Amino acid sequence: MDTTQLIVTLAGVGLLVFVGWFFFLAPHRVAAAVSSSAGIQQVDIMVKGGYSPDVIEVERGKPVQLNFYRDEENSCSEELLLPDFNIRRDLAPFKTTAIEFLPQQAGTFAFTCGMHMLRGSLVVK
Amino acid sequence: METIPDHHPTPAAPAQPAAPAGGTETAMLNIEGMTCASCSNFVEKALSRTPGVQRATVNLASEKATIEYLPGQIDRAGLKAAVEQAGYGVHEPVAPASPNVLASDQELDQRKAEAYLKLKRRFRVAVGLAVVIMPLSMLMLWPRMMNLIPTPLLNYVLLVLTLPVLLYSGREFYVSAWNGFRHRTASMDTLIAVGTGAAFLYSLAATVIPHWFMQRGIMPEVYYDTTATIIALILLGKVLESRAKSKTSAAIKALMGLQAKTARLVRDGQEVDVPIEQVVPGDEVVVRPGEKVATDGVLLSGHSAVDESMLTGESLPVEKKEGDHVFGATLNKTGSFRFRVSKVGAETMLAQIVKLVEEAQGSRAPIQQLADKVSAVFVPVVVMIAIVTFVLWFDFAPEATRLPLALVNFVAVLIIACPCALGLATPTAIMVGTGKGAEHGVLIRNAEALEKAEKVTTVLLDKTGTITRGEPSVTDFLPVNGEATDRLLPLLAAVERQSEHPLAEAVVRYADAQGAAALTATAFQALEGRGASATVDGQAILLGNRRLLDEHQVPMTAAAEQAAAQLLDQAKTVLYAAMGGQVVALIGVADTVRDTSVAAIRHLQQQGIEVVMMTGDNPQTAAKVAEQVGIKRYFAEVLPADKAGKVKELQAEGRVVAMVGDGINDAPALAQADIGLAMGGGTDVAMEAAGITLMRSDLQGVVTAIDLSRQTMRTIKQNLFFAFIYNTLGIPIAAGLLFPLTGWLLSPMLAAGAMALSSVSVLTNSLRLRAYKRTA
Ligand SMILES: [Cu+2]
Repeated sequence: MDTTQLIVTLAGVGLLVFVGWFFFLAPHRVAAAVSSSAGIQQVDIMVKGGYSPDVIEVERGKPVQLNFYRDEENSCSEELLLPDFNIRRDLAPFKTTAIEFLPQQAGTFAFTCGMHMLRGSLVVK
Repeated sequence: METIPDHHPTPAAPAQPAAPAGGTETAMLNIEGMTCASCSNFVEKALSRTPGVQRATVNLASEKATIEYLPGQIDRAGLKAAVEQAGYGVHEPVAPASPNVLASDQELDQRKAEAYLKLKRRFRVAVGLAVVIMPLSMLMLWPRMMNLIPTPLLNYVLLVLTLPVLLYSGREFYVSAWNGFRHRTASMDTLIAVGTGAAFLYSLAATVIPHWFMQRGIMPEVYYDTTATIIALILLGKVLESRAKSKTSAAIKALMGLQAKTARLVRDGQEVDVPIEQVVPGDEVVVRPGEKVATDGVLLSGHSAVDESMLTGESLPVEKKEGDHVFGATLNKTGSFRFRVSKVGAETMLAQIVKLVEEAQGSRAPIQQLADKVSAVFVPVVVMIAIVTFVLWFDFAPEATRLPLALVNFVAVLIIACPCALGLATPTAIMVGTGKGAEHGVLIRNAEALEKAEKVTTVLLDKTGTITRGEPSVTDFLPVNGEATDRLLPLLAAVERQSEHPLAEAVVRYADAQGAAALTATAFQALEGRGASATVDGQAILLGNRRLLDEHQVPMTAAAEQAAAQLLDQAKTVLYAAMGGQVVALIGVADTVRDTSVAAIRHLQQQGIEVVMMTGDNPQTAAKVAEQVGIKRYFAEVLPADKAGKVKELQAEGRVVAMVGDGINDAPALAQADIGLAMGGGTDVAMEAAGITLMRSDLQGVVTAIDLSRQTMRTIKQNLFFAFIYNTLGIPIAAGLLFPLTGWLLSPMLAAGAMALSSVSVLTNSLRLRAYKRTA
């Protein structure tokens, strides 16, 4: 094994560790819902290569309105799925799409893009 | 469910008192916080009671209130205050940064169409340039050409040609990959961006600093053709994909498109066309032949045949007369009629169907779970595999070719591994399957129901209303005194026309069907628990049960006794008719088996499904009906409360039970069953408890539901198999695993072609479900 191979191998291992850490162990951005005057819990979510925030905390038994602003056009984020609430919605690019529902049970519910690659979760307390 | 605390609406203080201005003005408000129909009714009432408001309509689906008001008495702010006082919010579009939350469907469609055009343009540019880049790259293979055109110059030409492909056609991949990177998420765009980016950067280096490579004994090869072709092929895949995707949701779009846009209202004796949003319950609407029924209501006058196939899947037009329900979006065929509006907007049958189908399409199928887990971690794992591939090739390939080989295989792994096919496998099939179901009048509540229906081994039918019509009808008309049927029938029917008893209705229906003349009865008298008496055509007629005749001392003849015994033996209800103190006819009435029941039951049995019947009837009647329709096993004398228990009993035998029922008392059994099928015209409670709702009242719907679920599940399994195989085989081949054995390497361009085709083939497979025809 020559020096170049050694360098490439070490760099490769380093990259592997980095990729694993970066995608799997990284911390999430958590946001709690803000209740409006009408008692609706509202959260604004930016959709751009992912959801930010991607962990959303809401209270049980109060209507929730998630405002997804899709700031891109690529097809991956085109659809939004919230399967535990039977919701599938098309998100128009550069628009806000409001999704409303009533969480009646506590728990953690995933929301994803149509291909299940972009992910976020809704924590109902 | 009502979530807003119950309080009485307090009308908002009007801005100024009095001074009614000339005309009214109309305002549209976006209402926030309405979660159910009672909320919208509540807001509507609160608004209507507000001084200055002439008329208010609240649509739950669009969350819009349309308010006609007197501008002199109240203004927009006042209306807003009234809504807020009722406990709801008014959404006012504020800053341009967060535009109106409700993008209309039309706008969404338009944006989608624009995005599609843009995509096609990007694809064309990529293809146009790729077909130039490819042959130019091949030039290198001809030594003579290489002498004519110096390689460095050619490389710069290729670079210039590739840049637009990268920066225009492929831009989205890089932007999206970068956005994802910042979010610590990785999508298929990440794979494409990293793959083509690596190939491009390597080529760029080889173009700009070839000496560096040559000093290290490496030929400075360029991969511009790879970069351009991959982008072109992936875009081709996307073009095909978005075309196919728009077809998967076509069924629901078609349903929504059926909604009438306007209604012809009768106001103050005048007919006026108004937008459908302004129609409120209680309005009177006129429908002419060939027109769509605007919304749901009850027919007031006129009669017609209405094509309800869009709601029920039943292709034959349905006769409608006074008092019958008509539904929005159905098509009036023959006559014109007026109806009183009972439901509007989100309350209508069509809106509920659309909502149900939409919800089903958004639900999670248990079968998808594994695929979900895989796709969630897929991309980062693939990136890791690609890195390992690179390192291994670099370490073990011959020194002169190790860098290009490592690079090519690295790119191939990234490009082939897109998990789109995996992600699309289940949802697309569910979307097509549920849409197709709606077309046939089979409403599937969620993907889980669809999945369960496939596994059904036993169908439990509640006899009344499913196998049978659930209403009495005349089966025998037996004159016993030598009188002719065509003389008797009009006379008896005339008596029954005055009665409201279900048995009387059966007689009238029978007479009408036989084309008996309509006569009028006088001196009609309903006799509680016995029947009725009246005078028709100068004849005193008695029509009712045995007791009625006994009380009037009408003697029974031997012939009458015999006929009655025969009817009773067949478990039929017997009506006795007497004229002038003589018994003249016996009428046998029974709940009859639907025309389609026998065929549907046989079809289910042919599919290997056992059909079991349960009924509250006595064992004799149950046995007769079971025999008539070809059912071997049945439960008789089942009390409504015990229905769920029977389901449990079957389940305890290890069967997967589908329960078919139509009434409120079936709800517990529907819920207990592995899958509940509520039959059309079924009550909301039954629908609520059922996984599948059949809009049409016959067993054919059960056959369709099970058939469709089997086909959908088969499609899903094919899709998942295809997607898994594709990735599990594709990645090792791309990584060069076969190379030591066979010398095979997967060119990145082939990988791109395969990847583009993978999701397209999954989509195409799902779309094949659209060809589903009802087996009947
Ligand atoms: Cu995706």
